[in-house]
Amino acid sequence: MADLTTNYLGIKLKNPLVVSPSPLCDNIDNIKRMEERGASAVVLHSLFEEQITLLSNELDSNLSYGTESFAEAITYFPELSDFRMGPEAYLDHIHKAKQTVSIPIIGSLNGVSKGGWVEYAKKIQEAGADALELNIYFIPTDPNMTSDYVSNMYVELVKEIRKEVTIPLAVKIGPYFSSLPNVAKRLAEAGANALVFFNRFYQPDFDLDNLEVTPHINLSTSNTLLLRLRWVAILYGRIPIDFAITGGVHTAEDVVKSMMAGAKVAMMTSSLLKYGIPHLSTVLKKLEQWLNEHEYDSVEIMQGSMSQKSVNEPTAFERANYMHALTRYTAGS
Amino acid sequence: MSRSMYTLDGNEAVATIAYQVNDVAAIYPITPSSPMGEFMDQWAAEGRKNMWGNIPQVVEMQSEAGAAGAVHGSLQAGALTTTFTASQGLMLMLPNMYKIAGELTPTVFHVSARSLAIHALSIFGDHSDVMAVRTTGFALLASASVQEAMDFALIAQSATLKSRIPFLHFFDGFRTSHEVVKIEMLTDDDIRAMIDEEYVQAHRERALSPDKPIIRGTAQNPDVYFQGREACNPFYVACPAIVQEYMDRFAKITGRQYRLFDYIGAPDAERILVLMGSGCEAVTETIEYLVNRGEKVGAIKVRLYRPFDTKAFVKSIPSSVKKIAVLDRCKESGAPGEPLYLDVVNAFNESYTDGEIKVIPRIVGGRYGLSSKEFTPAMIKGVLDEISKETPKNHFTIGIKDDVSYTNIDYDPNFSTEDPSVVRAVFYGLGSDGTVGANKNSIKIIGEDTPNYAQGYFVYDSKKSGSMTISHLRFGPKEIHSNYLITRANFVACHQFSFIEKYDVLKLAENNAIFLLNSPYGPDDVWNYLPKTTQKRIIDKNIKFYVIDAVKVAREAGMGGRINTIMQTCFFAISGILPREDAINAIKDSIKKTYGKRGEAIVQKNWQAVDMTLDHLYEVKIPDKVTASFDFAPPVPDEAPDFVKNVLGKIISGEGDELEVSKLPVDGTFPTGTTKWEKRNIGLEIPVWDPEVCIQCGKCVMVCPHAVIRAKIYDPKYLEKAPPTFKSAEPKWKEYKHLRYTLQVSPEDCTGCGLCYEVCIAKSKKEVKNRGVAMQLQAPLRETERENWAFFENIPYFDRSQINLNLVKDIQLLQPLFEFSGACAGCGETPYVKLISQLFGDRMLVANATGCSSIYGGNLPTTPWTTNAEGKGPSWCNSLFEDNAEFGMGMRVAIDTQLSYAQYLLRQLEPQIGTELVTNLLNADQSTEEGIKKQRERVSFLKQKLNTLDNSYAKELRTIADVLVKRSVWVLGGDGWAYDIGYGGLDHVIASNRDINILVMDTEVYSNTGGQCSKATPRAAVAKFAAGGKPAPKKDLALMAMTYGTCYVAKVAMGANDAQTIKAFREAEAYPGPSLVIAYCHCIAHGYNLIMGLEQQKKAVATGHWQLVRFNPLLLNEGKNPLQLDSKGPSMSLQDYVYNETRYKMLSLSNPEMAKMLLQEAQKDVRVRWKLYEHLASMSCEELQSEMKNIQITVTES
Repeated sequence: MADLTTNYLGIKLKNPLVVSPSPLCDNIDNIKRMEERGASAVVLHSLFEEQITLLSNELDSNLSYGTESFAEAITYFPELSDFRMGPEAYLDHIHKAKQTVSIPIIGSLNGVSKGGWVEYAKKIQEAGADALELNIYFIPTDPNMTSDYVSNMYVELVKEIRKEVTIPLAVKIGPYFSSLPNVAKRLAEAGANALVFFNRFYQPDFDLDNLEVTPHINLSTSNTLLLRLRWVAILYGRIPIDFAITGGVHTAEDVVKSMMAGAKVAMMTSSLLKYGIPHLSTVLKKLEQWLNEHEYDSVEIMQGSMSQKSVNEPTAFERANYMHALTRYTAGS
Repeated sequence: MSRSMYTLDGNEAVATIAYQVNDVAAIYPITPSSPMGEFMDQWAAEGRKNMWGNIPQVVEMQSEAGAAGAVHGSLQAGALTTTFTASQGLMLMLPNMYKIAGELTPTVFHVSARSLAIHALSIFGDHSDVMAVRTTGFALLASASVQEAMDFALIAQSATLKSRIPFLHFFDGFRTSHEVVKIEMLTDDDIRAMIDEEYVQAHRERALSPDKPIIRGTAQNPDVYFQGREACNPFYVACPAIVQEYMDRFAKITGRQYRLFDYIGAPDAERILVLMGSGCEAVTETIEYLVNRGEKVGAIKVRLYRPFDTKAFVKSIPSSVKKIAVLDRCKESGAPGEPLYLDVVNAFNESYTDGEIKVIPRIVGGRYGLSSKEFTPAMIKGVLDEISKETPKNHFTIGIKDDVSYTNIDYDPNFSTEDPSVVRAVFYGLGSDGTVGANKNSIKIIGEDTPNYAQGYFVYDSKKSGSMTISHLRFGPKEIHSNYLITRANFVACHQFSFIEKYDVLKLAENNAIFLLNSPYGPDDVWNYLPKTTQKRIIDKNIKFYVIDAVKVAREAGMGGRINTIMQTCFFAISGILPREDAINAIKDSIKKTYGKRGEAIVQKNWQAVDMTLDHLYEVKIPDKVTASFDFAPPVPDEAPDFVKNVLGKIISGEGDELEVSKLPVDGTFPTGTTKWEKRNIGLEIPVWDPEVCIQCGKCVMVCPHAVIRAKIYDPKYLEKAPPTFKSAEPKWKEYKHLRYTLQVSPEDCTGCGLCYEVCIAKSKKEVKNRGVAMQLQAPLRETERENWAFFENIPYFDRSQINLNLVKDIQLLQPLFEFSGACAGCGETPYVKLISQLFGDRMLVANATGCSSIYGGNLPTTPWTTNAEGKGPSWCNSLFEDNAEFGMGMRVAIDTQLSYAQYLLRQLEPQIGTELVTNLLNADQSTEEGIKKQRERVSFLKQKLNTLDNSYAKELRTIADVLVKRSVWVLGGDGWAYDIGYGGLDHVIASNRDINILVMDTEVYSNTGGQCSKATPRAAVAKFAAGGKPAPKKDLALMAMTYGTCYVAKVAMGANDAQTIKAFREAEAYPGPSLVIAYCHCIAHGYNLIMGLEQQKKAVATGHWQLVRFNPLLLNEGKNPLQLDSKGPSMSLQDYVYNETRYKMLSLSNPEMAKMLLQEAQKDVRVRWKLYEHLASMSCEELQSEMKNIQITVTES
């Protein structure tokens, strides 16, 4: 029987299957079922500072709109004594999740202001999260904004949070950096304990009937995994930090590939949305089967075994990849 | 327990006591008493307990009549029960009040006294309503101030329990109910000390109970009824002493001594006033002022008006008194005098007759203060001066100029008793800028953080969009009795620069006052933008002048248009009421208190605005002479009709108080079509037409709530003298290519709501953001577009008989006969009203229920119902809230009667008029516009013929011949009327088979009174009176109406399907029986930006919350199912619709578990209802007919 355990963010996990954020994680019963079906940890959906601010502004504006203007209707709503406008609901959720399951619960945060990031990170720690994943995404649109400026912004943010928070920190980023390795290195130096590759953005789509831009997101497929494999494989062993892969993990084979590239955990979302929470046990069972069939004693052995530095053809991960592939196909034909 | 000082208004003060001392409250909204019920509901929802540790039950009823019934029942079952009302509401309670009094049942009704609807409705304060209940047997206790309102609420409760006489505790609507003032709060201990448990228990003991059965409410005959009426006398005799007993006990507890009749003034007074209510406060101030100056004057404040203790009254008056003026705040037409006056005369007469007094002073009576008309020390002095004359005028009026009956007495308006130590500040703001809210906070800050007394009173506009507010704030070291508007301000702030162009804001400023102006122009430039009068006032009055660009600061602080905290900071900084640092800290604390629960982001941005303010505040150096070449713009243009200029124009410019009696109509009749003269210029942005992009679909014209965007197709010859920027395009109607099309906006009437832009489906092929209309800043366009609009107005409308009335595209060419109303920007109701006016307005009578539509449709100064070029248009009348369907039915019956009489007369006159004309008139097909046009021509011809005849038939027919043209009776109102208070009448009318068209504008809430729950409110929505979320589903009025099988019924939502709306309106009007159209209306009370109103309508339909249906009984004759579903089944989840609206979302933020549960139930409601409709609509006609047949057989067999 292979040893499935892995060590991520300094926490020993029973296996590398971690559930990444999705609406499924909003429900405590689901989290319980995830644990029952074998998940080794759960990353909760992100606490969005922007959403909280937006909600506040919206509520304030809507409750104030039209008031104190007309003698018969000085207000339009009853004065309720309290609103849960801040992160309270989210923090409660962490607390409840911790009380319900024994697997680690990783909080996730998406901030806007520096103050907001730090404040909410501290609150998530106080609520009992075992670790915190910073879900940072920023889409630069200003042609005068340099890539350095952007990467510095990420690094400074991690430094600020690291100063205030003691629980392990994972940083989830996108792939769009001029030099991802350099950013990764600096994030590690700034105090990140892990990098999570990669967040997937909503992509704007066009509604041709109404000539409107509409947000769009597809569930990932195993093909989505490839970009992640490349970057984890390249960075594994070069930067002293844990890697997690999220996006494209659907099968036991995907998990194995993730491990071989150098990830400590493989995170699943789309496949659970598609097949349901029981899919976790299916993947886990097959993973065990694969390891046994291929005589791997443990997951840890295979971690990084096919990283760039561990393969015969390191260039396979570099730019020549496409030309090389083409050449091979041509030669074979 | 020590007593705290707190700033609050009269309604809150009263509700605080009523909550503590009652088990049950049965409530119904009506201005200005609604907030009392709202507080009760809110506190109950929060779980607050009364003095017995119980949470009172607060139940909203369907009307005040219902509330009174529920109160009666609850009292009979032994609960301490209360209610709150005013005006018409009190009238509806009358029958039960007699019963409650007849049964000697202790209760207190708290009434914010308000004018009755007579020649006109008014929401403001006087005693017309409470005087109308003085025969019910209720005790009437009057309080004069907010402090007294709290105190008397408790004294009334104590006294009713012991005396068993039910009490009506009243205080003046708005002046007391809405005045915010610092008072001493009564503690729980005070309340306990005043409520004697033995009488509470006695009340419970008298309750109906099967354990000790009794019978109450019998029917009696001539033998004993009379004696029975007299049996209660000892209770009424005892009541005044009981009230005095509790007043004395109250004095021992609190130090505030009240008497049944409180005398103030010189002990040796010779002239006194007698009055009750809030006027007593200004009288107190004036009497004190005059007595200090040696005048022998005084006043009696009547506290307990019923039972009227004649002896106590006469005893309370110093024997030195020679002249008395009794002031009534009401008018009783045809009476020998007003009620209080007659009571005083009687009291003296009886005392004299009984030998208790030797001389009767000279007593005169007068009327004052109707509908919150100002009652000032100057007027009070005027009355005292009048009675110092040898033969003072009796039955006088004060405060108006009566040039018809010459009732008024003169006074010196410059007389003032304002205390120089009092800060008197007047703020001009826009409803939307938050001025009033900030001022309420300022009062709290000063009232609660300093030893100063504080008072605030707020004057609102009668328009619901772009309305001006004027705040009157006083602060000072002594208790403030000045409950009248400030006439001498030492601080004036104008929060909107646009007011400077229109209003004389410095008229009220006294010498050396401070003036604060929010101005886009800095200290070096602003002078050049002030009108002549304003410049002159600044120089003449030596005014200190400060400016700040608060809009800029607000924008930079992320506050949008809310400049309130910025201007508030300036006020504190300049006025020096508090040290600057303390003031800023206090403002910040108050921001935290006010906005904290809405989220930290709100607090932070307000704080930031406060911090940024003082760096942008500048003092303006005043030039030594007037330099302006312009003055205030006239309120209406010169070309307006005389009545508009001389009467309505005065009201617009805030000078309505100066209008003499002769200027007003004797019976409340006003000309229509007057809004067009009041160019309000309130839209910051207006739509601008792009003929290149526009596809001329007409949707923008259809949805415009204010009818400011219009389309015409016309002969190109009209373009000859077009202004240079006037636009036109080739019409996109294939048959009219030879003509021109113009879409024009009235820039000065547009509110800038943006619905036209949002509904526009035409997008530029080059840049999709450009649409057929685009919103652009109004100011730079005002002049050119004004000229274009004037030109456009002179182009004739397209011939309506040529228009395809089924098409939205064609409907845009019809003239709206409802325009530029005072409805909210983006209103969801008015597009429907406008559509009816386009389709049927030239032959339409409107019965309008009280509510939003009667306010935006009929509130002075100007009204929106108008006429076409032939002078024809809707004739409109509002009766009441509760009777509108019946009112409309009366109109229908009258028309039917006249029509049948006209037809009879036609037949009688056939030999003289000619058979052909008579036959054509009697058999005219008026189902089309063309047919109606022809009938109009026939009637016109008939009238010419009748003018040549000289007999009684012809004379008679001349007066009613117009009814031969088909008349369309429309009954309009909101859901509060149709679902609740007026439902009984509505139900009767739809069962009547009369040709009446009913339009229910369903906002799912009582919108006009500020968002109280109605039976149209959906489950899961929060509303006032349903603070915890409405637990029951929305009533399905349409389905109920369908059960008659003889009423045309439709549910429409213009935003979801405008063509279906048109179809339903036309079918309803054509249906020869009752028709009920229920229209979904987005509303400001739903809590979202109304620019998204149409989108929300779509979602309401897509989720299945609002089904689009038409039920046409005529279809059965064609072998079809009368029910047609015009929308598809639910295609999206309810939460995707409801959580865009604050009314739902706020519950998810305050009580997520409850919100989730209610949402699930609401989702079920939607599904079940849809299934039911689907089932009904899917039945084949054969099935229906077979069912009907079976029913007939059953009946026969039985």
